[in-house]
Amino acid sequence: MTMTTKESKISTGMNTESAFLNISKVDMDFPTPHGSFTALKEVDLQINKGEFISLIGHSGCGKSTVLNIVAGIYQATKGGVLLKNKEVNEPGPERAVVFQNHSLLPWLTSYQNVELAVDQVFSKKMSKTEKKDWIEHNLKLVHMDHAMHKRPDEISGGMKQRVGIARALAMQPEVLLMDEPFGALDALTRAHMQDSLMDIQKELNNTVIMITHDVDEAVLLSDRIIMMTNGPEATIGEILEVNLPHPRDRLALAKDPEYNRLRSEVLTFLYEKQRKVEDIKDKKPAVKAEAMTIVEDDIKEA
Amino acid sequence: MSLTAATINRLSVNEKMMKALKSVFNKITNTLLLPVVGIAIFLALWSITAQSIHTSLGEFPGPNAVVKQFSALYDEHTTEREKATAFYERQEVRNAKKLEKNPNYVVKIRAYTGKETFVDQILTSLVTVTCGFLLAAIIAIPLGIWMGLSVKLNSALNPIVQIFKPVSPLAWLPLVTMLVSAVYISDDPMVSKSFLTSLITVSLCSLWPMVINTSIGVSSIDSDLLNVSKVLRLPTFTHIKKIVLPASIPMIFTGMRLSFGVAWMVLIAAEMLAQNPGLGKFVWDEFQNGSSESLARIMAAVVVIGFIGFLLDRIMLLLQRRVSWDKSSANV
Repeated sequence: MTMTTKESKISTGMNTESAFLNISKVDMDFPTPHGSFTALKEVDLQINKGEFISLIGHSGCGKSTVLNIVAGIYQATKGGVLLKNKEVNEPGPERAVVFQNHSLLPWLTSYQNVELAVDQVFSKKMSKTEKKDWIEHNLKLVHMDHAMHKRPDEISGGMKQRVGIARALAMQPEVLLMDEPFGALDALTRAHMQDSLMDIQKELNNTVIMITHDVDEAVLLSDRIIMMTNGPEATIGEILEVNLPHPRDRLALAKDPEYNRLRSEVLTFLYEKQRKVEDIKDKKPAVKAEAMTIVEDDIKEA
Repeated sequence: MSLTAATINRLSVNEKMMKALKSVFNKITNTLLLPVVGIAIFLALWSITAQSIHTSLGEFPGPNAVVKQFSALYDEHTTEREKATAFYERQEVRNAKKLEKNPNYVVKIRAYTGKETFVDQILTSLVTVTCGFLLAAIIAIPLGIWMGLSVKLNSALNPIVQIFKPVSPLAWLPLVTMLVSAVYISDDPMVSKSFLTSLITVSLCSLWPMVINTSIGVSSIDSDLLNVSKVLRLPTFTHIKKIVLPASIPMIFTGMRLSFGVAWMVLIAAEMLAQNPGLGKFVWDEFQNGSSESLARIMAAVVVIGFIGFLLDRIMLLLQRRVSWDKSSANV
């Protein structure tokens, strides 16, 4: 299992046409009162089936924008996203999203929240009992079968996030998109959730794109870490291959020299190469100047 | 040592009991005692001031006079009912006799045409307000949902809603009266024109709070929930049923409660002028009657109107608690 993922992963110089998920030269401009703001510039990434990708970078660098473009919630200004050579231009259950703040419907129980997704995705493909089994199976996978019939306000934050993951998994997505899934959780719960996610990943071998702020989380979970430069015009700065063998154990890894090397590389990228501190002063004029040039370009074109 | 520990223990138990007692006492004071005190002071002030106000119809009614009128109104109701049953009995006997004489006789049953009692008028008012409110809800809630979903429709209709919202029922009434007379022409009318006029006026005035609250509720749904719906590609109808309606139920109910309050207030005015046989007409008739008891009877009607308004609001609240998932939104 781990061997196959490794083999496919090592071919970084892969043929872009054949990639499972192809994020191709994506630019993203947002209109603002001062002209358009270029959030992303030439983001180009090819992802293989079964690969676990982490997007890491400082806040405001456009990680979520990348994820929303893959999800189809945003449309790229230039370039685009191809999933199995088909263009992505609207949201869909084959690209399930686990939202940062769980986004469970508060009036439905855990079971009903997953049911809504299952009813929609497998409306005709499954019988009633098959659906019930499938919903329960997914809730068991995230260890939430004991609180199936509780509402979101009756369970803890970590449990809510588990149900959110169960809902996404129940759609049997081609790609699982996770937007800082554990960002709002305390450290212990987060570690626990990461372990569960690794177990699930071992079983299902999903293609995952996960946004994170947490360096340890990125190294622990990913096959590749995509480090993004600071915005505006954020793009992919460096890509780090994580060749640590599966299954990974956080305690054993703490002393592993390779793990620590990867960790320090991410840290170096974030806190030396892409320091955010000096940007805070310079940011505003930079944005304005850029907006000005865009406006000027527009005028020239006109 | 053990002795002191036991004493401390006993002391703390005593303290706990004292605290529990105190909280129970506080609860009783706040929910029972203070309201009673408030009402008592109000009644005292009322009876004192009433005595010093002299109108052309005699002394302004104090609490005593009003209570007396309540029992008088109830007595009138029972005698009127007795008269009605007596009338139907007489009619039956008469019809039976006629049938005996002539087997081919076609039995005619005539309805009793005595005047409406106070209780009848309360019932008429309740029926009218409920019908008017329901008509408004049937129009307002779907319209509000649609406006909440579509920014364009909202921009188009918002000025109209804002302009019509503050219009008094008294301004609508002449227009509605003429409209009903012009359009509702039937030889065998199912409902009277005055009922229809009051109903439509009530609907026209109670429409707007529901439209506004529903559209705000729908347009302020958490964008994450909308994204869930997008990712699932829910069809429009399922989207409304599964996401939009439950999410905006608290706001819809707030609008409905506001509207029901408005409807009840408007109804009294509408009935007064449209002569729909309800509480409004009762007040108007008593005013026109101008007997020495009229003011006390009107005051009795005022108390009943207030009480029913309060009850209607409570019923809506209970309904909201039943329907809404968010119990905290259904507080008083």
